[in-house]
Amino acid sequence: MPFNAKHLLSIENLSIDQIQLILATANSFREISKRPIKKVPALRGKTVINLFFEASTRTRASFEIAAKRLSADAINIPVSASSIAKGETLIDTVRNLEAMAPDVIVIRHPSAGAPHQLAKRCTACIVNAGDGAHEHPTQALLDALTILNHKPTLKDLRVVIIGDIAHSRVARSNCLLLGKMGAHLTVCGPPTLLPVNFDQMGPFAGSLTVTDCMSEALDGADVVMMLRIQLERQQEAFFPSVREYFSSYGLTSQRMKSAKRDAIIMHPGPINRGVEISSEVADGRYSVILNQVTNGVAVRMAILYLVTGGREQREFGPGP
Amino acid sequence: MNLLEKAKLMTAGEIGAALRGLAQEIVAHNGGGHGIALVGIRRRGVPLAERLARAFWEIESIEVSVGCLDINLYRDDLSTVATQPIIQSTEIDFPINKKIVVLVDDVLYTGRTVRAAMDALVDYGRPKAIQLCVLIDRGHRELPIQANFVGKTVKTKESEMVEVRLNEVDQIEGVLLVENAS
Repeated sequence: MPFNAKHLLSIENLSIDQIQLILATANSFREISKRPIKKVPALRGKTVINLFFEASTRTRASFEIAAKRLSADAINIPVSASSIAKGETLIDTVRNLEAMAPDVIVIRHPSAGAPHQLAKRCTACIVNAGDGAHEHPTQALLDALTILNHKPTLKDLRVVIIGDIAHSRVARSNCLLLGKMGAHLTVCGPPTLLPVNFDQMGPFAGSLTVTDCMSEALDGADVVMMLRIQLERQQEAFFPSVREYFSSYGLTSQRMKSAKRDAIIMHPGPINRGVEISSEVADGRYSVILNQVTNGVAVRMAILYLVTGGREQREFGPGP
Repeated sequence: MNLLEKAKLMTAGEIGAALRGLAQEIVAHNGGGHGIALVGIRRRGVPLAERLARAFWEIESIEVSVGCLDINLYRDDLSTVATQPIIQSTEIDFPINKKIVVLVDDVLYTGRTVRAAMDALVDYGRPKAIQLCVLIDRGHRELPIQANFVGKTVKTKESEMVEVRLNEVDQIEGVLLVENAS
């Protein structure tokens, strides 16, 4: 089955077949990063621009490495050094970049929907690397790949996501993807960080449990996904103190006893040790946090390969 | 696409005999089986490489390493093909440096797959030599590439196709010459 999509904007508009194709392709790409020569010529002559309007180490490096391992030319444009700082609008910036004929623009932006706006106006493929509190599709895909490296299937798996659900695009994309693939999801956090009626939201309807009780959430879990507490938001006082947060929602080995014995522990990074997760758990044997980072490169290689492929068909044929 | 079967080129028995012959040729050509590794090109080169390895064992009691290679990322038409190939994994979990690597595929046609396979292979190391073993050579080369070991050479028209069917992949065994009926 061909991928048949020019952009990767969200998990929401991916079909199950497309998700499976991305995961299968990424799984094959994992091997490339283990070779002595970590490069294949698949995207030779293609240009990938990483346009990041928010701080990022992991995702940006991951996209850059992914592009380079496929032989594409990757350039990074951090916002602090760009013309945005001189007052140019997003659309003008991108139009100017497009005049230099890139094939893919990877964008991270604080506003939800920014990649969708670009997709309407650009000829390049747009890949969403995180837009506001909306979605972070490559993170959800790499999380799914990591789970599948440890569990036989996503179907009927008990996955719990714990932390700042309200501000988390990682949680949204993961709920959408894992929901589509038939996992049983529980989201958990302090009531101030749980969006109202999250369980009623369209794509999640019925498949999602919401709770503010951590022991209830962890009970029988196969996968425990911790979210970063965004300390920069702490001035808004969503919880009384970091120490109190840790005592109620921090993941410790004591708390992990409620989960299944072979439950894996995930975190999209960067981790705040002693805030949402104890060092003992983050570095423990069930932690797959660094596997997530490794898989991130493979997933982003798969995305770059799949969105740039089959151009002839799209330009001259009936297209999607 | 409606395919018309024009001729049966090989039966299951003939495939088996050809592979035994190929295994003997490879061993004889290289003065024994030491330092040889087999790498099958996905898909049907992979079961053929595995069968050759078994034949090596039966003939000479030599155990050879077997790997498999997906060449799609090295194709010269990757940026122009209408339907993007699905990438399967490459598994070469032994060092190929200083080895004699025998690439194994079912059909040798334009030579472009073999060119891609050689490019892929040298990303894993520097073999002492790369040799090519195919079950069928059907001619019509577009690159200066020759096989070292050929099971059967067949004269074909460009409009025809050679279909190799193997139990491991197709649950049926045989080689057919087919042509598009329309």
